[in-house]
Amino acid sequence: MTPVKLYPAKPDKVYVFGTCLIDLFYPEAGLDAIRLLEREGIEVIFPDDQTCCGQPAYTSGYHDEARAVAEAQLSLFPEPWPIIVPSGSCGGMMRTHYPQLFAGTPREAEAREVASRIYELTEFLVHVCHVRLEDKGRTEKVAMHTSCSARREMGLAETGPALLAQLGGVELVEQARAAECCGFGGTFAVRHPEVSAAMVEDKTLAIEAAGAEHFVTSDCGCLMNIGGRFEHQKKSLGGEHIASYLWRRTS
Amino acid sequence: MSARESILKRLRERTDGPLQAPESDFTVVTGRGWDTGERIERFERLIGSVHGEVIHATLTDWTAKLAEVLTAKSIRRLALGREHPVPVAARAALLDHEVELVDVDRDIETWKREQFESVDAGLTSTRGGIAETGSLWLWPTPDEPRLISLVPPIHIAILDSETIEDTFFDVIERHGWATEMPTNALLVSGPSKTADIEQTLAYGVHGPRELVVLIRHPQEAT
Amino acid sequence: MSVQQFTPQAFHRQAHEALGDPQIRANFRRAMDGLMTKRRDVFTDWDLETLRELGANIRLRALAKLPDLLEQLETNCQTNGIRVHWAEDGEAACRIIRELCEARGAKSVIKGKSMVSEEMHLNAHLEAAGIEALESDLGEYLVQLNEQTPSHIIMPAIHLNTDEISEIMHDKTGTERTRDVDYMTAAARAQLRERFMSADVGVSGVNFAVAETGTLCLVENEGNGRMTTTVPPMHIAVTGIEKVVEHLRDVPPLYALLTRSATGQHVTTYFNMISSPRKPGEHDGPEEVHLVLVDNGRSNIYQDDELLDTLRCIRCGACMNHCPVYTRVGGHTYGTTYPGPIGKILMPHMLGLEATKDLPSASSLCGACGEVCPVKIPIPDLLVRLRKEAVGEGRGNVPGAGVKRNRKEVAAWKSWQWLATHPAAWRGSTAVAGKLRGLAPSRVGPWTEYRSAPKLAKTSLHALVKAHRRAKDEGGES
Repeated sequence: MTPVKLYPAKPDKVYVFGTCLIDLFYPEAGLDAIRLLEREGIEVIFPDDQTCCGQPAYTSGYHDEARAVAEAQLSLFPEPWPIIVPSGSCGGMMRTHYPQLFAGTPREAEAREVASRIYELTEFLVHVCHVRLEDKGRTEKVAMHTSCSARREMGLAETGPALLAQLGGVELVEQARAAECCGFGGTFAVRHPEVSAAMVEDKTLAIEAAGAEHFVTSDCGCLMNIGGRFEHQKKSLGGEHIASYLWRRTS
Repeated sequence: MSARESILKRLRERTDGPLQAPESDFTVVTGRGWDTGERIERFERLIGSVHGEVIHATLTDWTAKLAEVLTAKSIRRLALGREHPVPVAARAALLDHEVELVDVDRDIETWKREQFESVDAGLTSTRGGIAETGSLWLWPTPDEPRLISLVPPIHIAILDSETIEDTFFDVIERHGWATEMPTNALLVSGPSKTADIEQTLAYGVHGPRELVVLIRHPQEAT
Repeated sequence: MSVQQFTPQAFHRQAHEALGDPQIRANFRRAMDGLMTKRRDVFTDWDLETLRELGANIRLRALAKLPDLLEQLETNCQTNGIRVHWAEDGEAACRIIRELCEARGAKSVIKGKSMVSEEMHLNAHLEAAGIEALESDLGEYLVQLNEQTPSHIIMPAIHLNTDEISEIMHDKTGTERTRDVDYMTAAARAQLRERFMSADVGVSGVNFAVAETGTLCLVENEGNGRMTTTVPPMHIAVTGIEKVVEHLRDVPPLYALLTRSATGQHVTTYFNMISSPRKPGEHDGPEEVHLVLVDNGRSNIYQDDELLDTLRCIRCGACMNHCPVYTRVGGHTYGTTYPGPIGKILMPHMLGLEATKDLPSASSLCGACGEVCPVKIPIPDLLVRLRKEAVGEGRGNVPGAGVKRNRKEVAAWKSWQWLATHPAAWRGSTAVAGKLRGLAPSRVGPWTEYRSAPKLAKTSLHALVKAHRRAKDEGGES
């Protein structure tokens, strides 16, 4: 777990790093994250040249390739504004692993500096924006799945639930073994499909058993995995990224 | 080159160079600041939670309490030492009791089967207790050898309340263990147990199935 | 006695079989849930982070001084009358133990729990030499009766339930079929007591070896460890070279972490500290005590600053108890002496990456292991490091480095790299992907066996942001 961060005052501007999964599969979630930040009076800069944080190659052991891709992202954030990432997994990569990945290279200092400005979206909304949400949605039982990277790598088990708790119509239900991994793990799901499947099976059963009508998560990998499992079984229980859920219920 | 030399050589000629040894701060395992009452209460609660039985007595009535335990548990043959004040006093007090006293200052080879099969309980002194974990500490001696707290089905341990200290770390430090380790130093925290059959607790798997701790208080029992 | 064979090479098949066995699934799930709860509850009144910090610090200090401490341990043990032997690998350690047995004309060995002895396949070695080796830890005994190896380093028989154990004991020892755990425990007690009395040699592991005093510490609940090290006339302790600690005062924090992390106990029933053989005038304890220090790959792990952390391990098994993969596939699936997360970062060094190539990847990197490790081993980082070694992008410090590198996969990552470092091409490709989404396969490999395929969005975030900006500039909201 990362040490408690000393949070800055709310800035005028932030960068958003949208992540490749959002770019390709869940772009609305990225846009909703931008809308939530803009509603707080913050100007959002979305560097057009962003692609991917490099994590897929990093966790697969291809560190030369990961470093090349990460390096391409480093220069996208020249001003000292915070960098908001709507994903614990990519946020954890950039905050924790960039310094390791660039250790001993000419860009180490720059990687550390960028890493120090990385915030996961819910973290930023809670600890920096001190956001106040007004719920306009219907009464609903919702389960939150916090990704393992957000929970353990970034130490953010509480921020997602804290935001949902502000929504008057939302009853947050806790699934059994809430802290357990959903089985995504990037290439793990491909290399060990059966083990991964057993994990997501248990996760969906737990969410259903908790009486949830809907689930939200702060990571699109988990969303793709858990949501894909529900859909495969033709279950009505669906999920969405927390940015979309918050925006949908409060706008 | 011998295995010893080549292993040490590899360790000494480490590829990434010598390592820095960090300093250690042991604050977290000491300084509990419990008073005697808290120590006794904690000791009893902890050892009780793992099936240890605690009986309170005074310096004057403890042998009577011991006799009651022997009767209640139908102990007919009790193994105990001959020199330590605890077994000396117990022997004196049990003269008229029907229990048979079994000498333990004999080489185990001469009475292995007897000790394994026909002793009902072993009585030992203790050097002290540890409040944090509900543990007894024993340094077995020729007078009170290692196996009498292990082989008989019941172990009766005599503990003086003022010898209970806060933590294991405190005991090691205050009594200077590092300068005089005996052949065998031992912490005992409850009777022998296992959970190897589907996490179900069972007592007395190899050692005693019962541990009775008779705490001697200077005045009236609390 | 032939032992049921599992191999790391067959990880996928073994995982498939375990996942399809509802009994295995239920046994592990129930056991791991219980262990996780007990661990959580036992640490509630502790400053756990500070204690873990101290535990890590003590282990790091021991490793920093390792060669000196091993020599100090040796000197102090020998002063105390404990003879010390060094073994380069498991085979050498087996030979040392066999020769010690043979020198006494020993025919039977009773064993306390020792994972190092499992690592070096001591039982098979002794049996081949005509020396019977009998496990006395109840779980180990049951596993041995069932001709298996342990499926967990602390709870060897955790994969078996009460009915299965009853059946094994009935078959092999003639006890009644029952669900009465006390009856089965009492039966095993009676069976093993005979063997303690008659054994020529006791072989045990070591939890901590204290350099400053020459003391061997053994942690246990059952009392079989004390029996093994006290009743037979000769005691042979066997341990990895990394188990040494500098001072006696280093022991209480590690012991506190070990029992709480392993089984959620405040303390174990026995903490047995042995510093010498029986002295003149003493009436029990072995006449001879030997300590066998086993390297078996550890000094290679020691060379590398990052891999070194692997050697901090105090073998509590908490990483297994909290691992979502271990919980589902059980210990045998790994096919290695040490299963679960610690096995995945340790066994490649002992067996090479070729034999263990599926182990480092068998993790979602969820981090649960690293979070509970009492000595703060960064297990997920070490898994990533081993993956890096396996694909040939590491330092080559692990046997079999580069074994997983293949042209097809490298080409795929190079293409990905090219695209992700050429933003215009990336934007173009995401736009194209969106337009061609109807043509995307609805089944992509193993993913879609269990889940619907993810759908490419019509418009990328890049494009959405552009439209959003335009709308804002024109004064409206998108």
